[in-house]
Amino acid sequence: MTTEQTKTPVNTSTDQDQRVLTYSQAINEALDQEMARDESVFVMGEDVAIYGGAYGVTRGLLDKYGEERIRDTGISEAAIVGAGIGAAITGMRPVVEIMYVDFMSLVMDQLCNQAAKLRYMFGGKTKVPLTIRTEGGAGRTLGAHHSQSLESWFMHIPGIKVVMPATPYDAKGLLLSSIRDDNTVVYIEHKMLYNSKGLVPEDDYTIPIGKADVKRPGKDVTVLSYSRQLLFCQEAAEELAGEGIDVEIVDLRTLLPLDVETIVESIRKTSRAVIVEEDTITGGAGAEIGMRIMEEAFDYLDAPVKRVAGADVPMPKSPVLEALAIPSKESIIEGIREVLP
Amino acid sequence: MTKSSKKDQPAGTKSPESELTCSKEQAQHYLRQMMHIRKFEDGMMDLMTKNIAQGGSHLYAGEEAVAVGAMAALQPDDYIASTHRGHGHCIAKGGKLNELMAEILGKATGCCRGKGGSLHLADVSTGNLGANGVVAGGLGIATGAGLSIKMRGDDKVVICFFGDGAMNEGIVHECMNMAAKWTLPVIYLVENNLYGMSVAIARSSRLEDHAKRAIAYDMPSSTVDGQDVLAVRDATATCVEHARSGKGPSLLIANTYRYYGHSRSDPRAYRTREEEAYWKDRDPIKLFSAHCTDIGLLSEKEIQALDAGTTEDIEQAIRFAIDSPLPDPSELCTDVYA
Repeated sequence: MTTEQTKTPVNTSTDQDQRVLTYSQAINEALDQEMARDESVFVMGEDVAIYGGAYGVTRGLLDKYGEERIRDTGISEAAIVGAGIGAAITGMRPVVEIMYVDFMSLVMDQLCNQAAKLRYMFGGKTKVPLTIRTEGGAGRTLGAHHSQSLESWFMHIPGIKVVMPATPYDAKGLLLSSIRDDNTVVYIEHKMLYNSKGLVPEDDYTIPIGKADVKRPGKDVTVLSYSRQLLFCQEAAEELAGEGIDVEIVDLRTLLPLDVETIVESIRKTSRAVIVEEDTITGGAGAEIGMRIMEEAFDYLDAPVKRVAGADVPMPKSPVLEALAIPSKESIIEGIREVLP
Repeated sequence: MTKSSKKDQPAGTKSPESELTCSKEQAQHYLRQMMHIRKFEDGMMDLMTKNIAQGGSHLYAGEEAVAVGAMAALQPDDYIASTHRGHGHCIAKGGKLNELMAEILGKATGCCRGKGGSLHLADVSTGNLGANGVVAGGLGIATGAGLSIKMRGDDKVVICFFGDGAMNEGIVHECMNMAAKWTLPVIYLVENNLYGMSVAIARSSRLEDHAKRAIAYDMPSSTVDGQDVLAVRDATATCVEHARSGKGPSLLIANTYRYYGHSRSDPRAYRTREEEAYWKDRDPIKLFSAHCTDIGLLSEKEIQALDAGTTEDIEQAIRFAIDSPLPDPSELCTDVYA
């Protein structure tokens, strides 16, 4: 029995709802449950089987489902996604893993030209139920090829969906939705969230793609964020609460399609908006979100929309420089102050 | 088919046609399909010249025996992945002429409702996984379809068409390795028409014999005269049998020639008129017609009847396409998402 949930459970009444999992375990559980439920689901990618995934997300699945359904591949990103597309249009529901979002550069033809467009080009006569799990973001001082946030690339491709969960609860529910979706979903995890913990029910539940979630209600300013930056926003909001500033945090969760309705609704209440994103600022996700606010919520604004985003640089190795290249609690607080009266 | 690649057959080598046989019905079917393709393409050129067909189109004329011969070795529910030069594949796989022509003209009655066009021509209901605007764009799709067949325990196979130019795309290597490692039922069929747009194989590839590349994947390969429909059919049938019996992928090179340029704006400065004349002398329709009359399988009159019938079919398809309505503006944003 699947239930559809839009809100993270706050008050829990049963033991089961009290269960705490890491973000990584929550994703693993979603894969496990969906593979048990649906025989057409299989996992393939580099190091997903014996190794259990570079970040250990698929650990244990090989023992349970075997080599046929948990497939180690060669280091062939384009073929991994390409074969995923071919399998998807002929009746399977592949979940492929691209180890780092940085390596999505190697699959862009498959993603942009094939997965995203086949349905449209064929006049609606096919569907591509493919999930591409990948992982991005800075924080481990891995340098410019293992630390990027490239979500805005994918937001620019009509025909796919882009999902970026911040909490274990959302990670599980959104992955189940992604696998069951009849479209290609780019599901981007954050390497710094894998060990983060949260309540995750054991039940089969889905979270609708395209629905943002107000993670913290407030009345003074709307902070729009997603993925790991959401955690920084929560820390910033805590600190500002001590000064009597009431921050509303909207977790976008899905970047394509974007839940403009929830964004507008929040800004209507607060009249101020700050977008917090880890990707580089120029042409980033916030550029689109900000412009949608201008088009849909301009009349409600009492201050210009502010972006707190990554610097326009390749991600540097040095921990000092890396931390400076992305938003922090401090820069978020500063950004929020800029839009306050 | 040999485990290691055969010695390359010089382009245009005459194959032992007389040794290859087919029934009368098959002969008529192959000739009809080849004539349909030729006339479809000649008609397209005419429509482009008159600017009735807008946009580009890569014509298959000259290569008919490859599509028709290959498809003759398939069952109806087998898959193919096609290329930017894909009209012939669509027709040979059983696509409806009217809908194909309408699609190329961007009409609502097209097989893709006017949203795909020549470069994305696909009648999905015939097992055609689509033409592709990206050279080697179909390799991943075909390989994945092979994976799907294997995982589901189906009895199908996939033919993945691509050109000699695609051979130098990276994904070809990735996919052939994957298919070979996983013994997927895929036939990688290279339509070697000697040029990647304008660049001859010798100018782009160290190894001119594409069949040798199969050695890298421990995959059987062979080379066939792509102007000889029966030779293509039988060579493909060997590959299909290999795939269907669970032995995995193979590489088949069909040497052929496109009569028109790469696209309509191509003055064909990179090849000689003598070379073109040589290949037109090896016209697949002419060769097979002669073979059929030589061995008494079809009479001149029967061939003329096929010729007249196919001319009429294509004229009808062109009329249907021209008379068909354009898509309704409300179609713009439908079919983006399922």
